[in-house]
Amino acid sequence: MRRVVVVGNGMAGARLIDELCRRDPGVLVTVFGAEDRPAYNRILLSDVLAGRREQADIALTPAPSRVVQRLGTAVTTVDRTARVVHADDGTQTPYDALVLATGSTAIVPPVQGIAGHDGRLLEGVHVFRTVDDCTAITAGATSARRAVVVGGGLLGLEAARGLLARGLQVDLVHGAGHLMETQLDATAGAVLRRAIEALGVGVHLGSFAAGVLGGRTVQGVRLADGREVDGDLVVLACGVRPQVDLARAAGLAVERGVLVDDRLRTDDPHVFALGECAQHRGAVYGLVAPAWEQAAVLADVLCGGLAAYTGSRLVTRLKAMDLEVAAMGETSPEPADSGAGLEVLAFCDPTRHVYKKLVLRDGVVTGALLLGDLATAGAVTQAFDRGRPLPADRLHLLFAGLGTAPAVDPASLPADAVVCTCNAVTAGALRSSGCRTVEDAAGATRATTGCGGCRESVRALLEAAAPTPVLVPERRSA
Amino acid sequence: MLLTPAVAPPAVATRCPYCALQCAMTLTPSGRGATVDAGPGGLCRKGWTSAELLDSGRRLTSPLVRDGRHGRLREASWDEALDRAAAGFRAAQLAGGPHAVGVFGGGGLTNEKAYLLGKLARIVLRTSQIDYNGRFCMSSAAAGAMRAFGLDRGLPFPLDDVGEADAVLLVGSNLAETMPPVVQHLTRLRERGGSLIVVDPRRTPTAAAAAVHLQPQPGTDLALTNGLLFLAIDEGFVDEEYIAARTTGWADVKSTVAGYWPGRVERMTGVAETDLRTTIRLLGKADKALVLTARGAEQHAHGVDTVSALIDLALALGLPGRPGSGWGCLTGQGNGQGGREHGQKADQLPGYRRLDDPAARAHVAAVWGIDPDDLPQPGRSAYELLDALGTDGGPRALLLMGSNPVVSAPRAGHVQSRLASLDHLVVADVVLSETAAMADVVLPVAQWAEEDGTTTDLQGRVLLRRRAIDPPAGVRTDLQVLSGLAARLGHATGFAADPREVFDELRRASAGGAADYAGISYDRLEAGEALHWPCPDEQHPGTPRLFLDRFATADGRARFVAVEQPIAPEPVDDTYPLHLTTGRVATQYQSGAQTRRIDSLTATAPEGFVELHPFLAEQLAVQDGERVRVVTRRGEAFVRARLTDAIRPDTVFVPFHWAGRQRANLLTSDALDPVSRMPAFKVCAGRIDRLEEALR
Repeated sequence: MRRVVVVGNGMAGARLIDELCRRDPGVLVTVFGAEDRPAYNRILLSDVLAGRREQADIALTPAPSRVVQRLGTAVTTVDRTARVVHADDGTQTPYDALVLATGSTAIVPPVQGIAGHDGRLLEGVHVFRTVDDCTAITAGATSARRAVVVGGGLLGLEAARGLLARGLQVDLVHGAGHLMETQLDATAGAVLRRAIEALGVGVHLGSFAAGVLGGRTVQGVRLADGREVDGDLVVLACGVRPQVDLARAAGLAVERGVLVDDRLRTDDPHVFALGECAQHRGAVYGLVAPAWEQAAVLADVLCGGLAAYTGSRLVTRLKAMDLEVAAMGETSPEPADSGAGLEVLAFCDPTRHVYKKLVLRDGVVTGALLLGDLATAGAVTQAFDRGRPLPADRLHLLFAGLGTAPAVDPASLPADAVVCTCNAVTAGALRSSGCRTVEDAAGATRATTGCGGCRESVRALLEAAAPTPVLVPERRSA
Repeated sequence: MLLTPAVAPPAVATRCPYCALQCAMTLTPSGRGATVDAGPGGLCRKGWTSAELLDSGRRLTSPLVRDGRHGRLREASWDEALDRAAAGFRAAQLAGGPHAVGVFGGGGLTNEKAYLLGKLARIVLRTSQIDYNGRFCMSSAAAGAMRAFGLDRGLPFPLDDVGEADAVLLVGSNLAETMPPVVQHLTRLRERGGSLIVVDPRRTPTAAAAAVHLQPQPGTDLALTNGLLFLAIDEGFVDEEYIAARTTGWADVKSTVAGYWPGRVERMTGVAETDLRTTIRLLGKADKALVLTARGAEQHAHGVDTVSALIDLALALGLPGRPGSGWGCLTGQGNGQGGREHGQKADQLPGYRRLDDPAARAHVAAVWGIDPDDLPQPGRSAYELLDALGTDGGPRALLLMGSNPVVSAPRAGHVQSRLASLDHLVVADVVLSETAAMADVVLPVAQWAEEDGTTTDLQGRVLLRRRAIDPPAGVRTDLQVLSGLAARLGHATGFAADPREVFDELRRASAGGAADYAGISYDRLEAGEALHWPCPDEQHPGTPRLFLDRFATADGRARFVAVEQPIAPEPVDDTYPLHLTTGRVATQYQSGAQTRRIDSLTATAPEGFVELHPFLAEQLAVQDGERVRVVTRRGEAFVRARLTDAIRPDTVFVPFHWAGRQRANLLTSDALDPVSRMPAFKVCAGRIDRLEEALR
């Protein structure tokens, strides 16, 4: 596969090219990007929205100079028989392997008045997907007063955070009964809601946006139940749809996404797909981590390797203002589910916005939630990723520091306990030395003369071991 | 009536024989040995007990030779032993050419010995096949420093800076046990209100004393470091002014670390974002901050890249070349610094010169009085050299000095079989080490207290070790051995046995090189001068701090190097579900050749063990103190289980000081770093098996 053509220069496509060029210095790569700019890190877009990073600061590592970059150029058709892609600039590019990394597009919900007859969104209404979207939102935010975010999923919450950071009054409307319902259970959703309400975000749940208020420019959102939420800036965060038009037109097998096997191959052995446009074993992923896992596998496959992709475990992280959230796997087993080996552990401290939950089957972590206190997030995500049975103690995954012995009072150390490890001086030796000061003990036993790290322990031990001071009566002269 | 004591024998101020700290000590001759007193910096227990081996019955006092392949070692005269050694080398070269003889040195050898060993290899044996065990210690840090700064000196600043810093990030070092007297600097740091952050999969005594302990999965320090750099950008701690003035390559690093967002790093390392943020805030807000690395970060198949990531972090924070701040590595072996500068490394000539650099060849050849074209080219790295022994195209004879690879090399069972396949093995050592026991000729050599010499400590300061007592009868110094071998191989001159004479030649050979010793003399050292290289002339005060004005690169700027966390060379799986890591304990040293022969040390640490978390022990039904079998793809070791909650439940730790079936290195991987050729001592996949009742 010497000539590789990649359609899409987003997180998936750019990562694939990076992995491919690392493995094979001779590979010939051409990449088409619809956006007329070098690849950037979409994960950091919400930081740009929040004003925490400059747009120039989120560029991905530039592709090696030998990669032909066709930016601002869209691929119009794929001729699979001739193995050539046609682009909108009239060029034809032959390939040995074609990789579709076309990503997805933001969903615009069917809301009355949201778009004009030409399909353009009403002024003041934006989706939040690309750098251009981000630029438009931040431009709007300079003059806007109140923002309405439509959609209470991960992206909607990040948008709300960004707009709040820009000093806007923010309302968030969400059709489901609780926030981030795909990742969170109802309790976690409620904790999250209270936390963002405490920061001043108005949260409106349980009803979909049905129409927009306003004429030439937006003035608010009307919900299906009749409530109205004022706002002169509306951000739509209603999910994404895999971009599969090119694949479908090329006659490839497509369901929600382009169907791929464990080698990320479509039903054409010369065409591959990865990232948000690909559907693997029924799953379409909308996060970066799976796309990067796929990129590593596909790069190996394209270099003749034997790697296989077997699916990704999803861990969602959210930093919504002060509250941090980690969610993974199944977090709301059905109440009726009494499946053998099912265990659910939960801890809730609503006043401190802390909620933690572990779901296990046969001792293996199959889902977890951490809100407000993520000190064990590293251990929990690794346990979830590995899928190995946990030790009998589960609490160490919920509370940091459990599973660690408390510090021992030096005074209660047994005689054979080593106090000065440098010089192997035991508690017994120190007690029987008869020394009353650290300096005396150093002379008599060498304790503290190495690293000196045991100084405080030695002092405490000597003090505790000292006999009760005896007052020696003054000797009177006869 | 009081007995009048004889005139007290003079006390001699010298240095400890063990680690790169090279603590000051005083030796007072006593009987056939000496008594030890600590210098102002204190000593650890190994230092205090070091003299016990001087008059020990366990040391060698006569050369030994083996008659026939399967004969037993018997005592021989020095002439017979050296004749046999030289004859074996000649025979191997007659049959297989110059490269049929290999030379293997050590990071414990003095500068003079390392220099003369390299010279012997290059101009007497004329073999390219020379390397040393420092490859297993310092090579990744050295390569990382070279590519960032153009120069490798472990600490480019004085060790005292540690106590004066406001924050210290210590990655992969358990110095409270491996070099205990350094802890006083950390104590000073703490007393001044500074913060220590330790990165280690185990809560070692060092980590327990830290303000923050990050406990990553072994082998993921690179991801963790890139994650810290992500957060440094996120939190606004990047020093753009410094980056613009003193570095190149930042843009690539910046975009690379953008891929290390906290949630991803948590999954790779197991370290929570909140701890990473605490860490970067301590480092970012510190006025003076240090990033220090050691073997835990470096002994990996991606050790150089991990060092680069840590240097990138230091550069982004604007630390290197700023007084009181910087990046440094904690050198391990006694002369781990000097030992990597003077030509016992495969690709190197004295003065930290490169063997493939024509100007370097010309300079050193002139000092040695030979044609530069007669110098061999670079040869195999340490593990590759051991792996090639006795094979087609590999050496068939080996001279080994100051090392015990049967215990200390990775995949030690294989290395042992390679050593056994040699036609001729010559070992110079103080005791009959496990490797010496395999030799055809064993040459008993003097200890540190019985000879003069210099070492270069972890901060690049050259130190004088003084002879306090005479070696026992029947024992010669390493320099005498090299001189005797050279003479028998046709070089009656050019191989002085007098350390001062060798050092003066080393000064000339190093002059103008990166590690320039030209201005350092025994006289200046005896006068008590503190001299850090480079020191180009006798009026030069030495260079305690490097890089203040410029880095040692062509344009004077430090290089950022963008690096990615690779997939582990040996991921855990169902058969080998545990991360196995190796390291040291406080009262043993390296392969234990010295410390296992000191009774008071073995009383504390008598045998090998495997540390595992009680959670893991419970799942395996293993009891504390039970003997178990630790298994990897290379082999198995039999050691006692030691339960401790100080280790990650997915990781086990085996110290590497013991021999036989307790050898940790029977288990370790021979995956090598592509740049430094450092073996991956610090992580491989393994498991623990319970033993049948009869074996326990």
